Amino acid sequence: MADVITYREAVAEGIAREMRRDPAVVCLGEDIGAAGGVFKTTAGLFKEFGPERVWDTPISEQAIVGAAMGAAMTGMRPVAEIMFSDFLACCWDYLANEIPKVRYMTGGQVTVPLVVRTANGGGLGFGAQHSQATENWALTVPGLKIAAPATPADVIGMMAAAIRSDDPVVFFEHKGLLASKGAPVPPDHVVELGRAAVVREGADVTLVALAAMVPLALRAAALLAAEGIEAEVVDLRCLVPLDMSTVLASLARTSRLVTVEENPYQGGWGATLVSVVADEGFGLLDAPVRRVAGECVPLPFADVLEERVIPTVDKVVAAVRDLTAY
Amino acid sequence: MDTGELLAMYERMALIRRTEKAAHDLFLQGLVKGTTHLAAGHEAIAVGASAALRADDYVFATYRGHHHALARGATPEECLAELMSRATGLCGAKGGSMHLTKAATGMLGSYAIVGAHLPMAAGAAWSARLRGTGQIAVAFFGDGATNIGAFHEALNLAAVWKLPVLFVCENNLYMEYTRIADVTAVARPAADRAPAYGIPGESVDGNDVVAVRESVARLAERARAGDGPALLEAATYRHFGHSRSDPAAYRPAEEVERWLKHDPLDLARGRLTELGVPEETVTAADERAQETVRQAVDAARNAPPPDPRDALTDVWADGGAAWRT
Repeated sequence: MADVITYREAVAEGIAREMRRDPAVVCLGEDIGAAGGVFKTTAGLFKEFGPERVWDTPISEQAIVGAAMGAAMTGMRPVAEIMFSDFLACCWDYLANEIPKVRYMTGGQVTVPLVVRTANGGGLGFGAQHSQATENWALTVPGLKIAAPATPADVIGMMAAAIRSDDPVVFFEHKGLLASKGAPVPPDHVVELGRAAVVREGADVTLVALAAMVPLALRAAALLAAEGIEAEVVDLRCLVPLDMSTVLASLARTSRLVTVEENPYQGGWGATLVSVVADEGFGLLDAPVRRVAGECVPLPFADVLEERVIPTVDKVVAAVRDLTAY
Repeated sequence: MDTGELLAMYERMALIRRTEKAAHDLFLQGLVKGTTHLAAGHEAIAVGASAALRADDYVFATYRGHHHALARGATPEECLAELMSRATGLCGAKGGSMHLTKAATGMLGSYAIVGAHLPMAAGAAWSARLRGTGQIAVAFFGDGATNIGAFHEALNLAAVWKLPVLFVCENNLYMEYTRIADVTAVARPAADRAPAYGIPGESVDGNDVVAVRESVARLAERARAGDGPALLEAATYRHFGHSRSDPAAYRPAEEVERWLKHDPLDLARGRLTELGVPEETVTAADERAQETVRQAVDAARNAPPPDPRDALTDVWADGGAAWRT
């Protein structure tokens, strides 16, 4: 076993582990077969499992997710890839109207155990239609579980949990993390969905982050530590189920909260999170909450413009300084 | 044609017709809320197709799907109870008229977003192929769905993957309130598109239960043999408007009259008579259907409403609806 594994390799490894243990797991998507995926996140799957388990599709997002749904309703565990998360809009009917509702509106008759994987997020200069962080789109729909791992180990562990889940899971793989590295994980490594992780302990402020915002929050925490401010960093890992108990327990230690979100401030997951804190944890707070989030504009192309729009270490540090001075 | 089978198909169509009439009456009495999209007039498509399918084949339908649920084994009582918001309804009163589903008998749902279920049917057919079960999937849809993107995406995927799926268009000439011919570039909105996907596109008299049965049996056999999908366009007509709020005044009187004279039940009755089945035998089938529906209405009327607590169940596979751990 290699000493390190990349986030990109972890995606393929996580899927492969589940395909080896369960013949009902099949993959479908654009360019995922012999090409190994445009992000190489399915590299090796076609070679190992062949064309009856790994299916190249036309550029037909509705057909991909609709077919995955039909297969999931009838005994398979499909893993569908939507290449860029922006393209989820092309099959939004399935994510908003079909997949999350069919169990409910049939009175529990039908189960849809599928995973929709997608490359999410900005920072790579792909422009407005290939750079969005879209996890909030899914958050508006009851009936979808939402996973967004930040490390290779979590990719593998959460992929296992997502594929084994009897409920539909939208699995956001962050483009900006694909080359990041981490330690390999043992066989049968599973990270239960809905378990946040305290990835750095600190007594002064809680930073709650997701996916690519986790390493960014950790870098901010390191800078703040040099100033004597100890930030605790919570990696949320999932938006549904949402682990509020870990967040509230952290707040009980720190009494200050900053959410770090890549998506636009407008309607962001941080707003849901802080509303729960206001409702259930108001007494834990010694200061207002702050949301470091994307600006409410389409993602621009140039690095200098994109940096202005999405969260940066400096923005997080500034928000924390402001709060600790309160 | 076996007269016993034809008589059984006739009785099933009569049961659907009576159930639709009951749904209509119950709506006027204020006992069915929301809306209904009645399928009276379309019975031969659901019944003829079902007669040609295996019990374990999959069926996907639209918001106008009462006839498919009933043809696939749902009872009038559980359907009417669903429409009347009773706990005993097919979906526990969480679905309603547009979502009648009986998964246990392969009726995998009625979908109210036009065209959405065609890719699902392709997926169920893909699954059947992967599992090697020999099952096929059938998607029933209206003529209006043929201009939706999902229709074209599903046809192409099913064709390139050679999936065992049948796409059955119930062309009743009108989408909702607008004639399909006025907004579609080809004469047969479904069948004429089939060549673009390299699959067979056939037409059938959708009011002739025997013709539908034969067409579906042939295309199903072809699909089961690994020869891929097909498109069947069945010509039919709605007896009611698009939905409860539509009196269908836009339809020319002579057109309505012509089609009502081509009623699927009358056609089947005529065939039975030709085959020597006594009039009283057919009438007895009608009366059984009428009595079944009468009892179904009574049972549904007397059934309890759902428990409000059930509004918070069935989102997740564990039965609950919690979004937080």
